[in-house]
Amino acid sequence: MLTIATGNKAVAAAVKQVSPEVIAAYPITPQTEIVEQIAEYVTNGELKSQYIPVESEHSAMAACIGASITGARTFTATSSHGLLYMHEMVNWAAGGRLPIVMANVNRALGPGWNIWAEHTDSMQERDTGWLQVYVSTVQEAYDTTLMAFRIAEHNDVLLPVMVNLDGFSLSHINQSLETVDLGDFIPPLRLPHAIDVKNPRGYGPLTGPEDYFKFRWDIERSMRDSVKVVESTEKEFFRRFGRSYGFTDDYQCEDADVVVVSMGTLGKEAEVSIDLLRKEGIKAGSMRIRWLRPFPKLDLKGRDVVVIDRDYSFGYGGILADAVRSKCRADPYSVIAGLGGQEVTYDDIAGFIRGRRPGEESWFGVTPDV
Amino acid sequence: MTEIPKEEYLFKCTSACAGCSSSLVLRYVLKAAGPDTVLVMPACCTSVIQGIYPNTAMNVPVYNVAFAAAAACASGMSASFRAAKKSTNVIVYAGDGGTVDIGIQALSGAFERRTDFLYICYDNEAYGNTGMQRSGATPTGARTTTTPGGKPDTKKDIDRIVEAHDPPYMATACSAYPHDLFKKVTKALSIRGPKFIHVLAPCPPGWRYPTEQTVEMGKLAVKTGMWVLFEREYGKVTINGPSRAAMIKPLPVEEYLGPQGRFKGISREAVDALVSLARRNAKRLSLEEEGVC
Repeated sequence: MLTIATGNKAVAAAVKQVSPEVIAAYPITPQTEIVEQIAEYVTNGELKSQYIPVESEHSAMAACIGASITGARTFTATSSHGLLYMHEMVNWAAGGRLPIVMANVNRALGPGWNIWAEHTDSMQERDTGWLQVYVSTVQEAYDTTLMAFRIAEHNDVLLPVMVNLDGFSLSHINQSLETVDLGDFIPPLRLPHAIDVKNPRGYGPLTGPEDYFKFRWDIERSMRDSVKVVESTEKEFFRRFGRSYGFTDDYQCEDADVVVVSMGTLGKEAEVSIDLLRKEGIKAGSMRIRWLRPFPKLDLKGRDVVVIDRDYSFGYGGILADAVRSKCRADPYSVIAGLGGQEVTYDDIAGFIRGRRPGEESWFGVTPDV
Repeated sequence: MTEIPKEEYLFKCTSACAGCSSSLVLRYVLKAAGPDTVLVMPACCTSVIQGIYPNTAMNVPVYNVAFAAAAACASGMSASFRAAKKSTNVIVYAGDGGTVDIGIQALSGAFERRTDFLYICYDNEAYGNTGMQRSGATPTGARTTTTPGGKPDTKKDIDRIVEAHDPPYMATACSAYPHDLFKKVTKALSIRGPKFIHVLAPCPPGWRYPTEQTVEMGKLAVKTGMWVLFEREYGKVTINGPSRAAMIKPLPVEEYLGPQGRFKGISREAVDALVSLARRNAKRLSLEEEGVC
């Protein structure tokens, strides 16, 4: 069905169709619309989930964990400070091998209070054992939320998945949305280690170094196995519904001399910049990273690379630039842009590409040369 | 006399300290709860007592969860079980630090949302698992590793905080009175909604008394009136037998404080503060029982 929705409403629509048994959530700007919409669905009977209106994000994730270990499908949504407040439980969910799906509406961190888009919130969760995907359109937010459940719950994965969408610039933007008839795209969840009172087991007891180490490796093994599951899920999604996205969304990269790497809505904006630059005769391309974890293999050999980070690791550098540098042996021009919702237009991005200085870092609008 | 089942759900291979009363408490809690039970456990002494992976001394599923998260985790678990039409008991088994300090927000939220579960706080009046640091439940004057001069502040009254959430059932108990505890757990689990049982659990290494006196120490707490056994069922208070007797004629408080190394050298003022708090608490409860307030 073709409709119009915001990014938030698209996520809620997908969750409604997937129908988790338990949803626990705490409101935070700009995620609120997701939980309000879900509460509305539950109240009017369109969604049969148990909706737990918890008193904090820490408890939201804890409640999802408690529900998930019984074998129930679970969902939550948060943003920014909420994500960081639940950080301890974010780790616990992955360590507990629980296929929880969470939407995170990317937002800057205080102080000062800032409610606009930035990726530093979810970037700070990148080492927790969650799969992380970043979307750029309303349609993609919907499609990816659907796929997230199938991927998380796959027996070769059994890890939680975080779907990230930019605050306001996607969460509150209206775009067209084609919903699908889900059918059996997401099979029933069969959690192999679900609590069974007839077969009592201890979950997460005191664990010595050798066993603990093996459990950590097991998370990484599943993270690596998840690559195939993401690919097969995308393939199946395309077969059924005619849309696919991939680990990266590449735009005119094949013959590009210079590639701009980014995430989220800036990646869509970059496509317009590419059109602009191509008209000028600059062979540029855009590579929008969708899956940050597991981190994709990027083909950047022999090209100039410009990385736009909507995040920062103080005293170190742009987090995405660092990943590109170390994983792809590239020497990118690192642009820090869009923090706290700073407006970045396609003209600006075209400017980053034209004026690139490989190996250097610039803060857009702050350091004098960008 | 209540018939207590012979079935054991806590085996003898625990890692508990000698004379540990909290493992006695757990033993009777599980006997009352039976096999259709899941324990949710935040960091506490029982995180260790239950055994080290891959071994376990527990014969019911135990979900270990982060310190502040137990009541919220139980919320999700209970919601999922009830949606699946399962009546499995969800019991949080938490220490005093995990209840009155770091876990209090999740506890309050779960009670406000009328979560169908039983929250048991076994109270050894300090962070026992980490070697006896003060908690909000440490009584005035008690020496802990972080109050080497004796705690200057008052024990937080978690019962009154829980009471403010108007749960259908709440009670206090003590490890030295297993029949009373068994009956209370049984009753609590027969009621739907959030239930709370606060159990005093004397701790030989933490309170510094000989291990063989662990039952005696619990009895002295009740007989001196320093711990009051009561139930609050749909708001109606009943003071239980041993505490009723103690209210009429309490033993001198020195009999309880004296054998405990943690109270060694306690000031007269601190003793007076402890006694006056206990008496005020007992008076309030008996007035409530009589329906005066």
